[in-house]
Formats: sequence, C-alpha cells, structure tokens
Amino acid sequence: MRTDEQAQKKYAAMVEKASPKSPMAKNCLMAFLSGGLICAFGQFLQERYLSFGIEYENALLLVSISLIFLSAVLTAAGIYGKLGKYCGAGTEVPITGFANSVVSPAIEYRNAGLIMGMGAKMFVIAGPVIVYGTLTSVVVGICYYFLGR
Amino acid sequence: MMYLKAFLVGGLICVLGQILIDRTKLTPARILVLFVCVGCVLGGLGIYPKLIDFAGAGATVPLTGFGNRLALEVKNEVDAMGIFGIFTGGIKAAAGGLTAVIIFAFLAALIARPKEK
Repeated sequence: MRTDEQAQKKYAAMVEKASPKSPMAKNCLMAFLSGGLICAFGQFLQERYLSFGIEYENALLLVSISLIFLSAVLTAAGIYGKLGKYCGAGTEVPITGFANSVVSPAIEYRNAGLIMGMGAKMFVIAGPVIVYGTLTSVVVGICYYFLGR
Repeated sequence: MMYLKAFLVGGLICVLGQILIDRTKLTPARILVLFVCVGCVLGGLGIYPKLIDFAGAGATVPLTGFGNRLALEVKNEVDAMGIFGIFTGGIKAAAGGLTAVIIFAFLAALIARPKEK
C-alpha cells in the first residue's frame, strides 16, 4: 500500500513536471497538435485526390468538402464539440471549425422551426465571416483593379 | 516532408488563434472573422500563396486559406471581366465550400436530435 502511495505521488510529480506551466501554454500545445493534425490530414487527402488525376483547384475544393463532411458527421455525433473543449482554437480555426459553427446551431435550433430556427441560426457565426470576408475581397478587388494590374 | 510542413504551419496558425483567445477578449466568432480578413489581405498582397507553396494544406485548411481564396478569385474575376469582377469574385470563391456546409448542416439537422438540456 505504502509503495503504491509513493508511486502515485511520484507519478503526480512527474506529470506536474512534464505538463506545461500555465493553462495558456497547455491550450497552445493542444491547439498546435490538433490543428496541425487536421491540416496534415488535409494534406493527405489533397495528395490522394491529386494522385487520382483531379485538377489542383478541384482537388482543393474536394479537400474542403471532405473535411466539411467529416466535421458535420462528428458534430452531429456530438464528438466535435467535446474535442473542441480540449483543443480550443485547434478545432476552431481549420475549415472543420467553420463547418462546426454552422452545423451545430443548425441542429440545436431545428426545433425552433426550419426557416427562422435552423435556416437563420445556421449563419450565426458563418454569417459575419461571409459578410466581412466578402467586404475584404471587394477592397482587394478595388485595389487590384486600380493599382495592381 | 510536406506532411510535416502542413502539420507545423497549420498548427502554428491555430496557436495564433489560441493566443488571441487566451490573451484578448476576442470570441471565437471574432477570431474567425479576423482570420478570413487577414487571409484575404495577405492573399491580395500575394504573400499567402507563397505560404501555400511552402506548407500546402497547412495553409489552405485554416480559415486564412479561405480568405486567401476570396482574394485570388476576385483578382481572377477582375482579370476576366474588369470592374464587374469586384462584385463576383468573393462570393464565387466561397461558393463551393459554402454550399457544402449548407447541404451537410441541413442533412445533419434533419438526422441528429438536439441535445436535451
């Protein structure tokens, strides 16, 4: 019994020593690992699709669609949300996080109605992303039209 | 090698988001908006495509890559149809991903049950 306790204490000390000091360091490590893995998986898909002879631009789109699909499945199964608690920005910043931000409210607000529930709430995060992304693209377009060509 | 680069660069972009979440009062929604806009500006300046050449999916999978696509497509459209391209490029670039998100979100909502609270 005594050795058990000692072993446990020793293990706790080892964990303490091995784990990052602040919650922020730990959050960053988790975000790095999870986000990196998602991107490496994206790279894997991209190379597979390219090896099937799919054109580069279309392969990129297909990678996005595949990741969005997987994210939707994991979100519907309640897994993506749980991962998000540990991974933080690592599961939010990749396109899978964008998909999760649409799928999750779509499921949650479905019972509030198909139009003003699911249809409207789907875009609670994606909406602003599209609005400001489009506005930025317009600024880029204006600059390019007058200055860039 | 490309996998490693994708892992490192993609991971680092996510760390950037995590630092913003932990250090500032920015909510995830604002981070996503910020990342798309930053990606779009870097794409417009021609910097982001270089990151994609280096890291592949490490740069295209994060939302900054989505912003970059908006910038590239708006340039393509301006090249193809002049000033009208400013109006069509952004949404055109977003079309494929956006439609996929809408389809899968709709299906998921029909199939999955909302969590009991």
